[in-house]
Amino acid sequence: MMGDNMMNGTQNAPETLVDIKNLWVEYRIDGGVVHAVNGVDLKIHKGETLGLVGETGAGKTSIAKSILRVLPDPPSKIVDGEIYMDGEDMLKLPEHKMRKIRGKKISMIFQDPMTALNPTVKVGTQIAEAIKLHEKMNKAEAQVRAMEMLEMVGITKERFSDYPHQFSGGMKQRVVIAMALACHPELLLADEPTTALDVTVQAQILDMMTSLKNEMQTSVLMITHDLGIVAETCDTVAVVYAGEIVEYGTMMEIFDDPGHPYTVGLFGSLPSIDRKDKRLKPIHGLMPDPMNLPAGCKFSPRCPYATDECRKAVPPVTEMDGTHIVKCFRAREKK
Amino acid sequence: MAPLLETKNLKKYFKTRSGMLHAVDGIDLAINKGETLGVVGESGCGKSTLGRVILHLLESTEGTILYDGQDVTHVSPRQLAQLREHMQIIFQDPFSSLNPRMTVSEILVEPLVISGKFTKDQIEKKRKELLDTVGLPKRYANSYPHELDGGRRQRIGIGRALALEPDFIVCDEPVSALDVSIQAQILNLLQDLQEERGLTFMFITHDLSVVKHISHDIMVMYLGQMVEQAASDELFAHTWHPYTKALLSAIPVPNAHRRMQRILLKGEITSPVNPAPGCRFYSRCPYACDACKQPQKIEEIAPGHFISCCMAKKINNLE
Repeated sequence: MMGDNMMNGTQNAPETLVDIKNLWVEYRIDGGVVHAVNGVDLKIHKGETLGLVGETGAGKTSIAKSILRVLPDPPSKIVDGEIYMDGEDMLKLPEHKMRKIRGKKISMIFQDPMTALNPTVKVGTQIAEAIKLHEKMNKAEAQVRAMEMLEMVGITKERFSDYPHQFSGGMKQRVVIAMALACHPELLLADEPTTALDVTVQAQILDMMTSLKNEMQTSVLMITHDLGIVAETCDTVAVVYAGEIVEYGTMMEIFDDPGHPYTVGLFGSLPSIDRKDKRLKPIHGLMPDPMNLPAGCKFSPRCPYATDECRKAVPPVTEMDGTHIVKCFRAREKK
Repeated sequence: MAPLLETKNLKKYFKTRSGMLHAVDGIDLAINKGETLGVVGESGCGKSTLGRVILHLLESTEGTILYDGQDVTHVSPRQLAQLREHMQIIFQDPFSSLNPRMTVSEILVEPLVISGKFTKDQIEKKRKELLDTVGLPKRYANSYPHELDGGRRQRIGIGRALALEPDFIVCDEPVSALDVSIQAQILNLLQDLQEERGLTFMFITHDLSVVKHISHDIMVMYLGQMVEQAASDELFAHTWHPYTKALLSAIPVPNAHRRMQRILLKGEITSPVNPAPGCRFYSRCPYACDACKQPQKIEEIAPGHFISCCMAKKINNLE
């Protein structure tokens, strides 16, 4: 059984780990400015898995990379916003302090495990390297810890001295996860960690991630386009469209009562294993060009419920029940 | 009804340094006219190779391919050119399968130009028709592929496959590279085209929910072999093979209240090089026993429902 979806919800407010306020990110490229992230407010709570859902180019990865401050500058630039962790705005920290955070307090895993590993270095050594960088340990101690980490992700410690190419895709992703968790981070940014893997292997990795997360009390930001993965692993969900969070709530709130027409459209686009639909109900049109975003609500050109108001003014955030918020003028009308 | 496409004991082996790689190893299939056969499996199971062997993009090692009752296993280049007017393919990656130096309309009508049977006027007419058919606005006719997004590029790939008005199309993961909202548009387009033109599809994918949505029949492959085959509804209602069961249970379901009892498999797909004669799923199967080390027979466990597993009856309490 995966995902225990333990949202404290109304009883006692969960403690905030990372607080993103009004984040704006741009990419300056030939011919204009790409508006990747446009005023994102988001809290990641202690111990939760927050799903960041959206399609290619929605700005999910830019948000995660902003937290770690690893966006390449140029061409990308965080133009505005604050990201608080432990009372400090990480966007204002000097680089040498940020280095102490990366891999220690916050670490990240990427979609493609091959590009995250150095092909010329033994996998164990790569894990030990991360440990030595952050913990006061000598080489031998770091090695022992690296072996423990390998065992933890289900790889025997005998494979410490193997090179990345000797591992299959799923095993490589396990190595990457071992490396990311080696210093017991408070936050793990997982950017489509299973997209490159087969479903049976994906199931193994998701299962392992969920149990490790519970064991180590790590918060996870799970970036994905797969609503199935969200249902199985996430406590809370933020839906991203054109660099904005259009809907946020607990997993149950989003799945049982999606409020934003885009979220409704995403569910309608999915072929179902349970039902037999004659035809899918895709979202009309395409994602807007991030260099030339529409005025008003950015979803309005594709939205079946759009009115003139939607095309002119940016919709406010409407608070629904509980923690559920929807950025839509017509949020309270039944979709 | 006679099937439009049939294969019998079709095999494709590749020579590698470490031995023979059994990519496709004895596949029997039949696709009825106007229907869709979904071929599902994980990466490396041979599903794409199977599609390519059927289309003669790769030569088969052994076995027979029948198209409309005719043996087309071995054909001359001239016969092949004719065959191509009946059989086409849509590729997975709409980024690498289109020539970046040709415009959209050049790509769409290239098959007509190559066939040499059409006049300039006919080609011109077809150019407009094809853009319409796949739902591309006319203003894109002179664009280059890189100017378009993935969904529109895949529409070009579909248009090109339709240019010669084939009867049979192999769709090799046509929506895997696309976002869900675009994926739904393309799936609807393919279904509409099938209804309008009576097209026959072989739909290759790793996504079980997509395959369920679009297929009449489904074949599940594992390491070059068929493990289970049945009508789509039947397969999802009665899943007999342990691999199919595991595959089904592994899919994350986008439903907040439904949890599947997950069957976690050990390890990953093993090597298709010089495989042992027994069941290829042996090393990962939770029910593996000594009998599984023997070559597996294909059994019709229910009408039209085929399975290759000696333990199936025991596992499913059918004995």
